[in-house]
Formats: sequence, structure tokens, C-alpha cells
Amino acid sequence: MTVASLLDVEVDYDRGRALGPLTLSIGAGEIVALVGPSGCGKSTALRLLAGLEDPTRGEARRAAGRGETAVVFQAPTLAPWRSARANVALPLERAGTPPAEARARADAALARVGLAGAEAARPAQLSGGMAMRVSLARALVTSPRLLLLDEPFAALDEITRRRLADDVLALWATSRPAIAFVTHNVEEAVYMASRVVVLSRGPGRIAAEFAVDGPLPRPEGFRAAEGFRATAEAVSAALAEGIDA
Amino acid sequence: MSRIAPLLLVALLLAAWEIACRALQVPGYFLPAPSAVAVALAENLPTLAAAAGRTLSTAVLALVIASGVAVGLAVVTALSPLLDKAIRPLASVVQVTPVVAIAPLLLIWAGLDHPGRALVTLAVLVAFFPIFSGAVAGLRSADPDLERLFRLYGASRWQTVRRLRLPASVPFLLEGHKVGAGLALIGAVVAEFAAGSGKVQGLAWQMLDAGNKLQTDRMIAALVVLGVMGVALHAALEALERAGLRWWRGR
Repeated sequence: MTVASLLDVEVDYDRGRALGPLTLSIGAGEIVALVGPSGCGKSTALRLLAGLEDPTRGEARRAAGRGETAVVFQAPTLAPWRSARANVALPLERAGTPPAEARARADAALARVGLAGAEAARPAQLSGGMAMRVSLARALVTSPRLLLLDEPFAALDEITRRRLADDVLALWATSRPAIAFVTHNVEEAVYMASRVVVLSRGPGRIAAEFAVDGPLPRPEGFRAAEGFRATAEAVSAALAEGIDA
Repeated sequence: MSRIAPLLLVALLLAAWEIACRALQVPGYFLPAPSAVAVALAENLPTLAAAAGRTLSTAVLALVIASGVAVGLAVVTALSPLLDKAIRPLASVVQVTPVVAIAPLLLIWAGLDHPGRALVTLAVLVAFFPIFSGAVAGLRSADPDLERLFRLYGASRWQTVRRLRLPASVPFLLEGHKVGAGLALIGAVVAEFAAGSGKVQGLAWQMLDAGNKLQTDRMIAALVVLGVMGVALHAALEALERAGLRWWRGR
């Protein structure tokens, strides 16, 4: 079953075409990575999937409603005047959930991302990785059917981003939302996704697609496995071709 | 040492002033010695303090009114792009018009019996702009991605203003009010000068009155009180801004 899809979409900005034509669908429980050179429109494609932006031509379809879609941006994007708990409760507040219930669910979401005890902390008191976890908790608190991540770990150090990649996969395993995420890190794409979509230089079109075999969440030592290395090599090659094309 | 350096400089300047006045036998109506000013200050302290209180209450009332009007209008501009286009040029007109130039007109409108209203209005006009422009800038300072999230959550324009854009503007509002408070005090004094009447006997009137009677020492004493009041007001608002920012950021 398809949770969200883009049908022959094109997006024009003032300076010309930014994306497309592009056709892409995200199936239920699927994890799709979008990789491509900078400026290829991969973040635009993600915003189309989220409904944050409309295509100039073509159609974006979502089976998941507004309340069932969640977005995580590159920066944690937290309100500095709100506690971690109040930041996580934000989407519930807007959906009209009673405050006591919103609070309980926010605390539970924070516990799921490993931040039990940090409920009252303000964003300024958190490290970059912790703030990103709060952002992730805010996305998960509504139990979305579609989770969109726009280069979510790009600003973090290698250790933290690997740990968060495993955390996202573990969280995915509990409720199996469809996930689409943008990254320019090939290893991260292959590690986290069941399908990697390579976009060409802007305006982005699909240059290649790769299915990634192997269990999700990834077992220990997956990065060293033969299949992982081979797929990562193939994705890198397709990416280089897309840049040169 | 660096903390007492400015005090040392003041003491040095006062000493030089005192010595120069005595040595050159400068007439007191032209330039009284600091000791004479101190005596005038002590003798007139109750009157001066009462006058300072009146000027300060004009300024504070003006600040409160300016704050309400400026933030209210800024929120209106945030809610409606059309009203934004309509209001902002007018706000700039208020900023560039010298308060002294409007004073006579406002004094006529306020009527002879209520010069206080004209004074407050004039001080409001001076304090308005920094608060307004701070609020406008602050309301635009929210993280654009957070605004996208609010749209995704289905928040209305008003909910976005109330829950996101207004709280995000707090640092800008604090700064705007700090500047606005200083200007409200200046505005109140300038307005008192422009009014010139004895109906509102604020600090400016004390200075005018002393000047008319050639009591230069009392004039300078009033100036000293005004300076102290200005510094105290500024310090109070700095402290308020720091505390406000700490509360806002949570540290």
C-alpha cells in the first residue's frame, strides 16, 4: 500500500526548474533514502511529500493525513522558550489533545528516544545530539504513518549520527511508519534504507534506484558485510554519474 | 580598578571645576561651583524629587501606552499583509517627526486644563517606534521550519502568532522596550519644555523656572536629578532584559 506518492511532479522556482519530472512512491513500512548532489531538489521532493509545498505541475498524493505526517529538519527546530516536554507536546496541542494526556505522551516519546529525565530541560541546555532526539520525539509523538527526515543528522558528529541511525531503525521497528529521508551520506543511506533513490544533478530526476537487502534494524557489523559495501559502491558510482551527466 | 576608573574621572573633573570657579571667581549665576550645586540640591531635594516623580510617571505611563499600541499594531501587521503595507510607512512618519514640532498642536488639542495628557501623548510618540520596529522584527524572527511545522499541524495564522511568533519575539521586545523606556523619559522632558506651563511641574519645568530666576545652581541640580533618574531607569531595564532573556532561554 502506498502512503505517499509524487506523480510526474515538477517544481519551478524563479531561477528555473528545481525538480522533476519525478515519479516516486513510498510504500507502507518502507524506508526510502533520497540521495543526490546539492541543489538537485531532494529537500524539495521531501517537502512535496509532506505537503509543505505544492508542485508546479504533476500531483502529490498522500494517504496519510496531516496529523499522520511528521517532519524532522536538519536543525532540531525547537522553540527555545519551551521545555523539551512542551516542544514534544506541540503537535498534540495543535491537535487538541487534553493537556494531561499530551504531557504523558510527550514524556513517553522522550523516554523512547532515551531522554527520560530531560523533560524539563530547555533546548539551550541540551547538546546537539540530545536536541535532535527531542526533535525526533516530537515527530514520533503523534505515531505518524509517514515520517520525513530532511538531512536530520547532517550537523552531528559521526558517532552521534551512527547511534541516532540505529535509534531511528529501532523506533521504526516498533510501529513501522513509512520513512523517507534525505541525506548526502551514501553509507547512511544504505545503512538506514530499504530502498535508495539516487537523483541526478538539478533539476533532479531519478538517476538510479537500489534495493538494500538485509534485516532492519541492522545487525551488528552490517557496515562490514559484503552486501553493504557492494551496494554503497554502486550508489556512489550512480551518484558520481548523476553529477557528471 | 577599571570599575572605579569612571568615578575617579568624575571626582577629578569636579575638583577641577570647583578649583576653577574659586580661582577665577566665576559668578554663580553663570557657572556655580559643584559645592553650590550640592547645596542647592540638598535644599531643593523634596521639590526636585516630587518633580522627578511627576516626570517619571509621565514617562512610565507613556511607556505602557506605547508598548500596548506598538505591540498591538505589530501583531496586526503580522496577521494581515495588507495592513502591514498600510501601517508601516505611517509608523516611519511618526519616527521622523520631531516631537517638539507636534507639541504645540497636541497642547491645543489636550486643552489648557489637561496639559498632562499632551505630555504623555508626546512621550508615547517618541517611545513608540523602537518598540514597534522591535516587535515587527521579532515577529519575523521565528525559525521558518518551525512555521512550516505549525502549518503542518494545521495551526491558524492567529495560533501561529500567539504560540510561535509572539514568544519568538521576546528578545526583540525586551530590547525594544529598553530603548523605548529611555526615549519615553527624554520625550517626557522635551514635552515638558515644549509645554512650558506651570501646570505640570516636572523636572523640565523646575529647570525652566530656575533659569528664569537665574538660579543656575538649582538648574544644574535638577539636571543632576534627571541624569541620576535616567541612569537608574536604564540600569533597571538592563536588569529586566537580562532576567527576561534568562527566563526565555531557560538559563
